[in-house]
Amino acid sequence: MSIPLLSLQGLTKAYPGVVANDGVSLDIGEGEVHALLGENGAGKSTLVKMIYGLVKPDSGHMSLRGKPFAPSEPRAARADGIAMVFQHFSLFNALNVAENIALGMERPPAMRDLAARIREVSETYGLPLDPYRTVGDLSAGERQRVEIIRCLLQDPKLLIMDEPTSVLTPQEVEILFQTLQKLRAEGTSILYISHKLEEIRTLCDSATILRLGRNVGTCVPAQTTAREMAELMVGSALHTPERAGRDFGDMALDISGLSAPAPSAFGTALKNVHLAVRKGEVLGIGGVAGNGQDELLSVLSGEMPSAADAVRLAGRPIGRLGPVARRRLGLLTAPEERLGHAAAPDMSLTENALLTGSVRQGLETNGFLNWGKAEAFARRIIESFDVRTPGPDSAARSLSGGNLQKFVIGREVLQEPEVLVVNQPTWGVDASAAAAIRQAILDLAAGGCAVVCISQDLDELMEISDSFAALNEGRLSAPRETAGLSVEEIGLMMGGAHGMEVAHV
Amino acid sequence: MDLSAINPVLLIASLMVAATPLLLAGIGELVVEKSGVLNLGVEGMMITGAISGFAIAVETGSPWLGFLAAAAGGALLSLLFVLLTQVALANQVASGLALTLFGLGLSALMGQGYVGIKPPQIGRLDIPVLSDMPVIGPILFGHDPILYLGIAIVAGVWALLKYTRAGLILRAVGESHDAAHALGYKVVRIRTLSILFGGACAGLGGAYISLVRVPQWTEGMTAGVGWIALALVVFASWKPWRVMLGAYLFGGITVLQLNLQAAGVAIPVEYLAMSPYLITILVLVILSKDKSSAPASLGRIFHASR
Amino acid sequence: MIVLEKRPQPSRFWSYATPVAAVLATMVFGGLLFAALGKNPAVAIGTIFWDPLFGEFAFYYRPQILVKGAPLVLIAIGLSLGFRAGIWNIGAEGQYIMGAIAGAGVGLAFYPLEAWYIFPLMVLGGALGGWAWAMIPAVLKVRFGTNEILVSLMLVYVAEQLLASMSLGLMRNPEGHGFPGSRNLQQYESAHNGELIAGSGMHWGVAAAFIAVIFAYVLLNRHMLGFHIRLTGEAPRAARFAGVRPSRLILFCLGVSGALAGLAGLFEVAGPAGQITIDFNIGYGFTAIIVAFLGRLHPVGILLAGGLMALTYIGGEIAQGNLGLPAAAIQVFQGMLLFFLLALDILTNYRIRPRKSEVA
Repeated sequence: MSIPLLSLQGLTKAYPGVVANDGVSLDIGEGEVHALLGENGAGKSTLVKMIYGLVKPDSGHMSLRGKPFAPSEPRAARADGIAMVFQHFSLFNALNVAENIALGMERPPAMRDLAARIREVSETYGLPLDPYRTVGDLSAGERQRVEIIRCLLQDPKLLIMDEPTSVLTPQEVEILFQTLQKLRAEGTSILYISHKLEEIRTLCDSATILRLGRNVGTCVPAQTTAREMAELMVGSALHTPERAGRDFGDMALDISGLSAPAPSAFGTALKNVHLAVRKGEVLGIGGVAGNGQDELLSVLSGEMPSAADAVRLAGRPIGRLGPVARRRLGLLTAPEERLGHAAAPDMSLTENALLTGSVRQGLETNGFLNWGKAEAFARRIIESFDVRTPGPDSAARSLSGGNLQKFVIGREVLQEPEVLVVNQPTWGVDASAAAAIRQAILDLAAGGCAVVCISQDLDELMEISDSFAALNEGRLSAPRETAGLSVEEIGLMMGGAHGMEVAHV
Repeated sequence: MDLSAINPVLLIASLMVAATPLLLAGIGELVVEKSGVLNLGVEGMMITGAISGFAIAVETGSPWLGFLAAAAGGALLSLLFVLLTQVALANQVASGLALTLFGLGLSALMGQGYVGIKPPQIGRLDIPVLSDMPVIGPILFGHDPILYLGIAIVAGVWALLKYTRAGLILRAVGESHDAAHALGYKVVRIRTLSILFGGACAGLGGAYISLVRVPQWTEGMTAGVGWIALALVVFASWKPWRVMLGAYLFGGITVLQLNLQAAGVAIPVEYLAMSPYLITILVLVILSKDKSSAPASLGRIFHASR
Repeated sequence: MIVLEKRPQPSRFWSYATPVAAVLATMVFGGLLFAALGKNPAVAIGTIFWDPLFGEFAFYYRPQILVKGAPLVLIAIGLSLGFRAGIWNIGAEGQYIMGAIAGAGVGLAFYPLEAWYIFPLMVLGGALGGWAWAMIPAVLKVRFGTNEILVSLMLVYVAEQLLASMSLGLMRNPEGHGFPGSRNLQQYESAHNGELIAGSGMHWGVAAAFIAVIFAYVLLNRHMLGFHIRLTGEAPRAARFAGVRPSRLILFCLGVSGALAGLAGLFEVAGPAGQITIDFNIGYGFTAIIVAFLGRLHPVGILLAGGLMALTYIGGEIAQGNLGLPAAAIQVFQGMLLFFLLALDILTNYRIRPRKSEVA
């Protein structure tokens, strides 16, 4: 084999209390699509940040085409032909496409020339884009195009893509893969980070698997089964959640003709949403991020009021009630953003238990707080949900993502809700915590609770939900029974390719 | 009461003078806020600039050195704000208040020996023919150079933000410091430079009050102009030319109420004197609905973590 | 080079230690400042911090600490509630003035009637005056989203002009031979906020300050409303999720801080100051901001900080008389204290450690 494009040897990076990367080595050849596979927290992000010059390794070395490579900052990495498409977009909402792209380039041409170049390159790669549109108004898929084109304009030798398909519909994934294959054909190497095994099997030439910061194996995805890769990734066979029979009871939550204005400049308005969940039923709501998920949760939690009879709980209109009154009636919610929304980062777990538990757990009398009871409640959550923490006095921000998520979900589950609404319950959570959370949701449903689970993880929704609907630009598709739904159908419910012009490669 | 004593040409000429401190402080703060930092210490930097400029002008006899010192003084005080907010990651609101409280005390201390002194005067622009023209002459060509410098800074900031890469980066940092950091831009360095620029502008504005507009030194002489400048940036929706428009509007109100006081209108002096503050509140109320043009990272603390 | 590393949770030790460290740092740098002004720094610091408490004339100065500290604590307690929730009332000086005007107005309206109910009515008037003045930024913020910082501050200047107008016009003492200023309430038995125990400095304002501290402590630590105030400051979205109505909180926090500032103004005008004059206000409303931060927005901390700040006021006056230290130097000294406090506060949430050598 010839000299690899990029070679990493024994890269190690430690943060206080955690070794993010421990002697990781891998080689990426010219024109190769190399997958970097691993669970949340396996150290994938740290590794690519070192390649991109955002983080410096503690030890180990990198070489690019045989020459030592140690970028001191992203600029240096870009100068050497490394480009990166971020998982959480590094875009500026208030600026337009061309300005955003100019910011990612070393020596951008004059704006007018740049706009012409953007048009040209975006057409060539089948990702049409108007350079003068404001980025904040673009869909998630279009925003990703901005990032990709920003990279392509620099003629990169290596393109790093961090979980690129998590924001796309199946149809949009199709378009992206065509673009990537065209790039590979032109000799560009791609480092493709993902935890979605099927994707990697269709797209990637080779794969490196990380677990707990270590390189635990390499393979050729096309010749390896998804199950084998999953076991390498997780380290043990996972048990899939079990569910009891599905006997649905009376109508628990009923939304009809719900519309709500966008809460902020770049938010999404909800348009004429209908849904109904019966006792014991799990309704899964899919859709690409930014299509009204947060807004739907706010309308259900009571943070955003709506017309009184647009939202009914067991037949009772509750659209105008606030969060506390809804909790009293048994409608509990768990938002996506753990730190800052579901929990206050600097407050203790006891205080965070009080945050939503005060009414149903009787933690206050006439407004006066019962700290003893609140702490007991926090302890109960910690024990029942195996939250790893020194104790209820710890600040919420000191917990890892998975543990905090278990705490947040546990806090609602232990309050015995009539209806539970969760948004992205396992986002950024390691596999064992995710399995525990899904099991808790299913157990709750088995006990007669109605569950609405909003998620962007389609596999998760297929696994736990009885019926499925998708949000697309603030509209909710008609719910369908999950059993027997095809990927194609799900994609169309999510809005297909979102009317984006399709590639003519 | 004799309203005919108010000469419209002189009124306009003097409103330009009255507006210049606001204009300078406002355009400086605009740049600071564009970079995503809210510095509430404008009043403190202005008063520090006012006394630094005054003292140096008196000691050296040169108003020019005075203005230079004022800019340096304002920038130096803003450096404290940099240390607090960019290095020690302190709350920007509290730090801005600290800057103002400290600046007011410091200026009072520095100004002890300068009460009641007349500073050296800065020359007016005097262009033959042009400056002597009726109406246009005194309005357009009869001012001191600092007033024109103020307008030039507005034009410069406007061009910088609109046409240059530096301006684009500045806006990007103010819009999302995390994204800018991910692209490799030095967020703290860019913000530090903006804050220093804002401090220098505020210092100049303060010295304009003590050296040109009044001209003498009294404790607390900026009397809230720095705070009005902060309101002005909101009024201007973070657009440079609108800062100038707003400054002239407020300058006009100030001059008008002074003229009315002098003309002996039947309204008590105190009520006229409070009018600029009341009008500031009124303007804030009218313009507060639309905050969409505010930089998205304004006032948020940036710490480059992992 | 050093790097900052965020602590997993706030350090308990440093949250208590930073105010002490800030005071020490201010003493050192303040001493340097005094030295630069040609004064012996040790003597100056001693005069400010030691003499009022233990010096020759301490019997006279100690009660003064209560007199100066009471308005500071009263105002700072109110401000701290808002500051905790991210609601920035920095116009307490204006609310203080309006409380004094309203309260004194009530008293003067009854003159020369002597009755037991006059003083309670004045207290009510003072609280209402401050409350109403603070309601202006509160209502504007709730209704129009107007920035409360700028509005409350602008209203300070308006209040100062009103104060001037009152002492020159409406409230001017008809028997004052044309001098500006109202009748002296100290000479009006029913309206006078005199010492409760002669020679102690203890007046109703001091009692009110202590009550406010207890009230705030219970509110913040034992009551849902206090929890909501803290939650709003820490994580506004989480607060809304918990069911907090932001507009109610704004009205409450600004209202309470306005009322407390108004009370402070009333107790001052009816007691130590005695009358409405043009220069009645001497910056308590602004110094209280320093007190609130120095006390870490904690009621007990504010009590201590208020005492300390009163000490610097009195010590400053002594130093002014004995050493010729300029009054402004004390102002700088107080400003410096706030600086050090904010700067050192980073130690509570971050760890500072040397950066490891870079690896090539």
